[in-house]
Amino acid sequence: MSGGDFRRSMPEAHADLRRKAGLMQSLHIDLPLLVLLMALSAFGLIVLYSAAGSELHYVKRQAVFFVLGFIGMFIVAQIPLSMMQRWAPWVYAGGLILLVLVLLVGTGAKGAQRWLGVGGFRFQPSEILKLAVPVLLAGYLSRRLLPPTFKHIAWALVLIGVPTVLILKQPDLGTSLLIAQSGVIVLFFAGLGWRYILGALILAASALYPMWHYVMHDYQKQRVLTLLNPEADKLGAGWNIIQSKTAIGSGGLEGKGWLSGTQSHLNFLPESHTDFIIAVLAEEFGLLGVILLMALYVFIIARGFMIAIKAQDSFGRLLAGALTFTLFVYVFVNMGMVSGLLPIVGVPLPLVSHGGTSLLTLMAGFGVLMAISTERRRVTL
Amino acid sequence: MKRVAKTFQLAAWRFYFSTCVLIALVLLLIWHLARVQVLPGEEKGFEFLQHQGEARSVREERIAAYRGVITDRNGEPLAVSTPVQSLWANPQLLPPHEVPRLAKSLGMSADALQKRIAAHSTKEFMYLKRHLPPQDAESVLALDIAGVSAELEYRRYYPAAEVTAHLVGFTNVDERGQEGLELAYDEWLVGSAGAKQVQRDLRGRNIKELQLLRAAKPGNDLALSIDLRLQYLAYRELKAAVQAHQARGGSLVVVDVSTGEVLAMANQPSYNPNDRANLKPAAMRNRAMTDQFEPGSTMKPLTIMAALEAGRVQSHTPIETSPGYIRVGKKTLLDPVNYGLIDVTKVITKSSQVGLTKVALKMDPQEIRDMYVRLGFGQTSESGFPGESAGLLPNYTKWQPIVQANYAFGYGLTVTAVQLAQAYSVVAGGGVKRPVSLLKMDAQSEGKQVVANAFTHALVRMLKTVVEPGGTATRAKLDGYTVAGKTGTAHKVGPNGYEASRYRSLFAGMAPADDPRLAIVVVIDEPGAGKYFGGDVAAPVFARVTEGALRMLQVPPEPKALIAARGGVR
Repeated sequence: MSGGDFRRSMPEAHADLRRKAGLMQSLHIDLPLLVLLMALSAFGLIVLYSAAGSELHYVKRQAVFFVLGFIGMFIVAQIPLSMMQRWAPWVYAGGLILLVLVLLVGTGAKGAQRWLGVGGFRFQPSEILKLAVPVLLAGYLSRRLLPPTFKHIAWALVLIGVPTVLILKQPDLGTSLLIAQSGVIVLFFAGLGWRYILGALILAASALYPMWHYVMHDYQKQRVLTLLNPEADKLGAGWNIIQSKTAIGSGGLEGKGWLSGTQSHLNFLPESHTDFIIAVLAEEFGLLGVILLMALYVFIIARGFMIAIKAQDSFGRLLAGALTFTLFVYVFVNMGMVSGLLPIVGVPLPLVSHGGTSLLTLMAGFGVLMAISTERRRVTL
Repeated sequence: MKRVAKTFQLAAWRFYFSTCVLIALVLLLIWHLARVQVLPGEEKGFEFLQHQGEARSVREERIAAYRGVITDRNGEPLAVSTPVQSLWANPQLLPPHEVPRLAKSLGMSADALQKRIAAHSTKEFMYLKRHLPPQDAESVLALDIAGVSAELEYRRYYPAAEVTAHLVGFTNVDERGQEGLELAYDEWLVGSAGAKQVQRDLRGRNIKELQLLRAAKPGNDLALSIDLRLQYLAYRELKAAVQAHQARGGSLVVVDVSTGEVLAMANQPSYNPNDRANLKPAAMRNRAMTDQFEPGSTMKPLTIMAALEAGRVQSHTPIETSPGYIRVGKKTLLDPVNYGLIDVTKVITKSSQVGLTKVALKMDPQEIRDMYVRLGFGQTSESGFPGESAGLLPNYTKWQPIVQANYAFGYGLTVTAVQLAQAYSVVAGGGVKRPVSLLKMDAQSEGKQVVANAFTHALVRMLKTVVEPGGTATRAKLDGYTVAGKTGTAHKVGPNGYEASRYRSLFAGMAPADDPRLAIVVVIDEPGAGKYFGGDVAAPVFARVTEGALRMLQVPPEPKALIAARGGVR
């Protein structure tokens, strides 16, 4: 691949980026993305304060993580893309080792081993893979001829499959699917042939039956069944979804007002400050509040795709596209599960749900986006 | 080279395709949320869900109404409600692992509590423990166990306890009247509970009051006719006498002659309404109103009054009682000694069986019975007391002479202590009958003249001689007040007719004799310590209660009685 060919293919993008080269670019900051992230963080903290029962404790903790996250984002943004590409295999390999460790010595909650304790801290190694998999895949594929050949596709699937299976073993179906998704979307953007896509779809459809009967755990099946009929077990499996739907529905168009939601404040809504925080938002700020939040996400995602389209090379383009798409999947899956559209998988709402490690991972991902967005042009001609 | 360029066009196309997919999904999500939140008419849409939200947290809660206070005539409290906490639980919310901790704090065994919870497993409400002092309830609530809440209730306390127990009665745990005036005037006292709407959280704790639906309406207060000081005196003296004579029980009634109000009504045995753990039914009867008995000689003066009214005799009409006995039909009636020729007054003074039988046999039996009816026998009073007896006043178309004689000296009919007190208050009040009242009366009740006062005055003069030397009840005499009254010593009825050695000792009287304020009846049931004559057993109780009562009522002592009592000139 030569730079000359590349430049010719996207002349407008070049001219555009050249004009904007300035202070922000040298600091590796994408200003629109930064503003959007700050707005979303602030909104998130306001909702979290209410969701956590008007206690500042959680808000303070979350604010500390935001500060750490923004710092981490700036640091990641300074890393040259070439270095990311080189490091990705090592980070990926380290993540796999940790995942194996989790299965051997990890600590768990609610029947799953997901955490690894180091000193006083606990973290989920799967978080590392959330970033490592798309970076590795983007690096691997961008160095190959595109669209990928069957051999490369097979290798890519192996790279995706190993962490996916390890995380599935914890068991954490939600995270493993999301990580698989983040790899597969790289393949898709890299130009995966339609016959492969079609073949995969047929394979997936035919795999549903054995998946249901031989692979999925009972609790996972239960979640799917609950989605179809939450009333079947009101006090057990259906509780979360019934309570969150009640919260969302009773919010109406304008909501009950900040701190006035009864479902969350009276403890009916479980996990109100983590995975189900959107229900608190919906109850207190109504449909308008939800649409406002969605608009923020849509802007962020739109900005992510812009970065992808204007990226300097196929690595940046593939990676930015994959990260952005993955962010959308997170948002959609979370909102979908809380509102009863999808089965319940433990996916937090990005930047709004309380939770440290997932926040840091996300911010690192935005750091990667900024690095792509502000990557200096290679000296061409 | 060509291939790479083509790839980038393809990739860009894929981004736009992805964007379209994303937009579609966002729209799907918004449409789904709109269905849940704002679109009307959706199955399980926002109308349903809002209702569900409220159904989850909004509850109606009862506000206990304050039950009216029962006081004596001077406002001394006899029954008051004090706020207490009742702990209750929602078995649906109570975590099973908390049961042992909860049981311990309630002071009950975990097993017992477990059983009770199991029995209520389908309910959402069960009492854990009722009527706890607020600080005890507080300490249980402090454990912060889900589903455990407290409710404000009232508990009835009876400051005068056993002294007024029979009259006042008591309420059940729900503060509804069960006995006595608490039962009779329940509707008046109870008030009506209010309701408020509250918001509860998942653990059943009240978060806030949304609105008051109905204010609780407190019940009305009730002032009784009794004077607590007098009641204490009557109770103390009655109890002392019952104990001293090893009697089975007793009653004492004090009636205000001018109003018909009962100033004191005491019974033995009694009970403590504040502690009903070991209640015996026998101790719960308000014997003065529920127990009917043959009054014996206390009826003799009333027979004589009927004879005076019918013109059969005068107070000085001589009656021959020799030889000290008289045969009526198959029965022989005896006097303790042969009194010889005595006048009608002396018949009362000595309580002569023979003399009274001769007077009675001069009369039409209906004249006697009619007098009894007019004095209130055979009917319940208008007091409305639950379980009051009417007594028995049989009527006959053909009166055997012995039945007529028995009737005249108080056998073959039954009365209650209250009826007897009422009858004597009619005598004391110049023949005016007033309804017996257990409640304090605001206005003078309208009396009904049932006997001409000439006859009652004549009778009172005769009754005064009973306590004079030579009478049957010298021990009823008071220092400073004149007294009129009549003893009674009635054989009790056993399974085989009248029993030779089981008696009921009575004294019925009034004071001060010349202008009676009080009519008092003392009944001692089965004195077992040897003495059994009404004059020995009941008369001293009468004397002590009457003297104390007159002083409490600030009735000025009569100089003439003082002199007489000290062996003076008269």
